[in-house]
Amino acid sequence: MSDTPTLKSGTPAFKKARPPAEKKTVTTLTVNVIEVISDSGEGAQRCGQSLGAIAAKMGNGVWTEEIIPAEIRPPARSVAGASGNRIRLGSHRITNGGNETDFVVAFNEQVLIGRVKAGELKPGCIILLEAIWRESADAKIAASYVQTYDSLVAEGYKVYEIPMERECLALVADAKRGKNMFALGMICNLYSLDLQLARDQIALTFSKKDESVIKTNVMLLDAGYQWAEDHFDFKFRIPAEMPTEPQIVVNGNTALALGVLASGMEICAMYPITPATSASHYLSDVYEKVGGMVHQAEDEIAACAFAIGASYAGKCAVTITSGPGYSLKQEAIGLAVMAEIPLVVINVQRGGPSTGQPTKTEQGDLMAAIFGSHGDAPKVVMAADTIEDCFYSVITARKIAETFNMVVVVLTDAGLASSQQPFPRPKFRPDWLAPPVDQSVIPAGMKPYDWDPVTGLARRFIPGQPNGMHTVTGLAHDSASHVAYDPQINAHSIRMRSLKLAALQKTLKTPPVFGGETGDLLIVGWGSTRGAIEEAVELMRAEGCKVSSLHLRFLQPLPGGIKEIMQRFKNVMTIESNWSDRPEDEIIDETNRRYSAVAILLRARYLIDVDCWSEVRGQPIKPDTIRSVIREKLRKKS
Amino acid sequence: MTTAATECMLRMYEDQHKLEDYQSGVPRWCSGCGDNAVLTAVQRLCRDEKLRPEKTVFVSGIGCSSRFPHYMKTYGFHGIHGRALPIAEGVKMARPDLDVFVNTGDGDCCSIGAAHWIHAIRYNMNITVFLHDNQIYGLTKMQASPTSPRGTKSNTTPRGSHLDALKPLTVTLGVQNVSFVAQAVDWIPEVLFDIVKAAYHHKGLSFVRIVQRCPEWLPHQFEPWMQDPQKIQLLHHDQGLRISPAMAKIYKNQLQHDPSNIDRAREIASYDDPLPVGILYRNPEVPCYEDLHNTGQLRTNEYIQAGLEAQFDKFTIEGSKKSRSRPAESPAP
Repeated sequence: MSDTPTLKSGTPAFKKARPPAEKKTVTTLTVNVIEVISDSGEGAQRCGQSLGAIAAKMGNGVWTEEIIPAEIRPPARSVAGASGNRIRLGSHRITNGGNETDFVVAFNEQVLIGRVKAGELKPGCIILLEAIWRESADAKIAASYVQTYDSLVAEGYKVYEIPMERECLALVADAKRGKNMFALGMICNLYSLDLQLARDQIALTFSKKDESVIKTNVMLLDAGYQWAEDHFDFKFRIPAEMPTEPQIVVNGNTALALGVLASGMEICAMYPITPATSASHYLSDVYEKVGGMVHQAEDEIAACAFAIGASYAGKCAVTITSGPGYSLKQEAIGLAVMAEIPLVVINVQRGGPSTGQPTKTEQGDLMAAIFGSHGDAPKVVMAADTIEDCFYSVITARKIAETFNMVVVVLTDAGLASSQQPFPRPKFRPDWLAPPVDQSVIPAGMKPYDWDPVTGLARRFIPGQPNGMHTVTGLAHDSASHVAYDPQINAHSIRMRSLKLAALQKTLKTPPVFGGETGDLLIVGWGSTRGAIEEAVELMRAEGCKVSSLHLRFLQPLPGGIKEIMQRFKNVMTIESNWSDRPEDEIIDETNRRYSAVAILLRARYLIDVDCWSEVRGQPIKPDTIRSVIREKLRKKS
Repeated sequence: MTTAATECMLRMYEDQHKLEDYQSGVPRWCSGCGDNAVLTAVQRLCRDEKLRPEKTVFVSGIGCSSRFPHYMKTYGFHGIHGRALPIAEGVKMARPDLDVFVNTGDGDCCSIGAAHWIHAIRYNMNITVFLHDNQIYGLTKMQASPTSPRGTKSNTTPRGSHLDALKPLTVTLGVQNVSFVAQAVDWIPEVLFDIVKAAYHHKGLSFVRIVQRCPEWLPHQFEPWMQDPQKIQLLHHDQGLRISPAMAKIYKNQLQHDPSNIDRAREIASYDDPLPVGILYRNPEVPCYEDLHNTGQLRTNEYIQAGLEAQFDKFTIEGSKKSRSRPAESPAP
């Protein structure tokens, strides 16, 4: 999309007569997945985001996901270069990206091939394909197009060739930039979305641009809408119900950033890393408006150390990163644990190990989060399970960090980071915010680590507090913060730091069971898989299966009551986006099988034979995949 | 009258700072270690400047010299190897009201923490940094450091180190935004104190390299410089240090150097024989990072809420009590 498109004057936009409206078949759907894909930079992402926003404004349940190539500008028309957006619409609340795509708009056939290969398109789904390539002057391109088109049709896809570029050229000089709004218009028509809302959305999107930019884009939208009206004999409608409360629509990373604002934290120290950085982009833009600052440090270690320094000085700070950055911060995190300095660390997980899959989602960092850093370094680990939870988790994390003088790690992932879902607009509460920096006089005789023998908690002395002068240290130390190599002192201080986790655990509520309280199978999940797992469980229960699920927000410490829940089910299995050895592999057996992270935790803690199923495809796990996993598990056990 | 007198006495008492007010514990450094001289100079500075112990923070990394905060009766943060600077930056950013000092060694600053060193100079926060440079790793028992002269025999370079020493001052002076660079030696306490004082008074990151002895691992390293005053070149200027008559009698090798001249400073920084001692560079005009980020707004709850609600507004879809009726036939564009 161009910010300054040029108008072609005098060209009539439409020639074809409108078919009578009654000839259209209108199919009512409850849920549908739409995908818009293009080369990078052709605006498919903006088209998809706008579509999500329009549908959300109509009251549809919406979940949008970005399709992101790893490179900024992959070669044009490349299989791996698909860039775009995937929108799941429903007539009810949508909690995840759902299954394979039902309806695709593709700007060239190559990006489409990538999606077909990845198994992301539903067999026989509708494809609206840019037709310009058929007439390409480059014989190779034309041949490739025809071949792909023919094979898609042969495979049963309903492919419609759309002269998007030609139609747009009737209106603007550079069709490559503007096609996305034409596509949006077509989709609005085919899904019976309100055209005026779409126009308003464009005005909002380009509110910072010139009036002519808005006008041109609206014109392209209208043209697409009309073209679909004139040329298709079908339409869909997905009935919507407006929520009674105001909703906000943001992605997971923006929700995290809003959570940082709402937590009262003043300083976010970070180093650029995918997929965490967009949270800091947004925060950098708005933080100053509430008196905060984003410090882009020279590296991940410095970012963590900077945040620790700020926290030590009385203002609990946050550092945001992804897997490799998290590994780099581990030593500094250990320092915060040892010195009992509150700190919030957010890890937006991506595919690992090493550089892995920076733009893809995975839940591979749980063990590093819980057990990372050398020695015994107890810290709190939470996992946000919805977009909304990304917001509230940060507020909770800051509170726990300051109450227990602990490091709190918040795990999200690339899936949550770039997905959007409406949730009720949060109602501000003053107790979200951090209290003012304590500058009161420390009573005589108090020590900087006056550990409570039961809970391990101690009041922290903050610079500026008279009589509180002491030196915190990463060395073993006694309650006066004096370096101590005495074996008893070392054992005692490690014990005190560990007790804090137990003290927190006593305050945690048992998570609710989704489904029935007893049954044949309990699925345990954590983090971003919540929506998909619960959708699958709900459908399986409707089929009569006795399956329920339990979703963990606190991974360290695990809340009480979990064992009792697990014992009420004949089988327990975790579903996670990380690695577990496949039992069907020839040399894998019970003596060497590596389990998924939460399965290991549950087996170790509760001595229950918890099975696991996991995948590491870099994509959110689909509800249908989970259904077949559940079906298989129940079949084996029955 | 009685009340006023009491108050006056109290004030006098509070304003009267003694060296003991800043002393904590007995340093565990070797006798003859240069760290002792730095500690004395810094405690004297705190007393003379009447620094409030509770408003003063010493941050260090790991190494012999990084034990420094433990011996100050102020707030202290004995961190992890190489990371003293970013920790100190976080402290200063959160609390510009605190006086922040950093003690770091040649391994801590110039090797494992080198990235932070470069960027700390760029940020130019109002922090006083002491580089305790004894040209050897002490706490880990004698390994060559980046500042060890070529040929230094150590446990990791038993046949002598192969590389030329890194010069901390030329590196520092090569970084954009550098605002204060000085060099001192531990065996001339009077000049050391004057430099520490000037560094403290500079607004911005003051970088002081203190060339100091390690009696345990490199006992003879600086003997030529100690025994021959001619091998020390005192830098003086109206805008820099002024040399006392007593000093002038001993250290006759003097150089008038204008600390605003960065080209000349870089040249001087590259010498080690004679060893320049004094202020090489000072530029009070370089802005401080913490000031650039200070919006000057009082962060009240109401202020934060207003900012947050404004953000929510951007993303809000208004709810309605009834379902939105869809047009049966969309209007033509």
